[in-house]
Amino acid sequence: MSTQLISERVAAGHRSLRAKAVGSLGPLTMFGGVGWAFLQPDRITLLHPRGQGFWWLLVEPPLLAIAVGVVFALFVAPGVIDDLEAEER
Amino acid sequence: MEPPAEHVHWLFATGFLLLGLCLLARALVGEEIWSRRPWRAYLWPALLFGLGVLMWPVMVFYTNSTIHMIAHGAWAQTMMLAGAAELGLVRGKLHHTAWRLAMPLALAVSGTALLIHEQNGWLFARAAFLHHALGWAAFVGAIFPLVGAFRRRSPVWSSGFALTLVVISVLLYSDRDVAPIFGHLSPLAGEPHR
Repeated sequence: MSTQLISERVAAGHRSLRAKAVGSLGPLTMFGGVGWAFLQPDRITLLHPRGQGFWWLLVEPPLLAIAVGVVFALFVAPGVIDDLEAEER
Repeated sequence: MEPPAEHVHWLFATGFLLLGLCLLARALVGEEIWSRRPWRAYLWPALLFGLGVLMWPVMVFYTNSTIHMIAHGAWAQTMMLAGAAELGLVRGKLHHTAWRLAMPLALAVSGTALLIHEQNGWLFARAAFLHHALGWAAFVGAIFPLVGAFRRRSPVWSSGFALTLVVISVLLYSDRDVAPIFGHLSPLAGEPHR
């Protein structure tokens, strides 16, 4: 294992509470959507697509919640955490 | 080809959820760090402005009474005003603290419009319950950006504002066309769907 990788892991281990909180927003939203899908599987029309109209197949609330979590975790949170850690260093 | 009304609520819920997450992250790290990348500073006001713009077609295509049209028009206008004011503040074109009051105004007007245009009681049907709950959530939640406009460094008010939007998104996601609420459904509401 390279020293750069080790130092990155150590840095990640010492991530501040605020950085952890920002980093957890996306995954928490995704888990919320997954949990919701298990609680109300009828709201996932992809599981029973026969006879469903276009909008019922396109707009599925638990999947939308998961999508928001993914978008936030991939495109917003990493930059915020980078800037926060740069400020804290 | 128009989506059913509840689908429109769910799509707006998605927008509010993303808006809430962005504002929650902003509250956690502070305005200074959040605005370090210019695109990120513009993100939430632009999203709010966009949601206001998208409210116009909702007003045109989904209103079946004058009071519904006025309510949807009020939401569209106040959301666009709040988004535009925040964009102006981020850009540096606007400076006066009074512009920060556009956001609590938007929430207070939206909450009032929701409460006034819902003619039925809380337990008439799920939609009626949600209109009452949304109205009070928006109206009471307006206190967070109102105080936050004057105490800009306090994470309590900015977090409260973000969580208000998350609550609004959850309530919007809960909408159904005709459905019971806590086992209640007025016979006047019609046949329950799904």
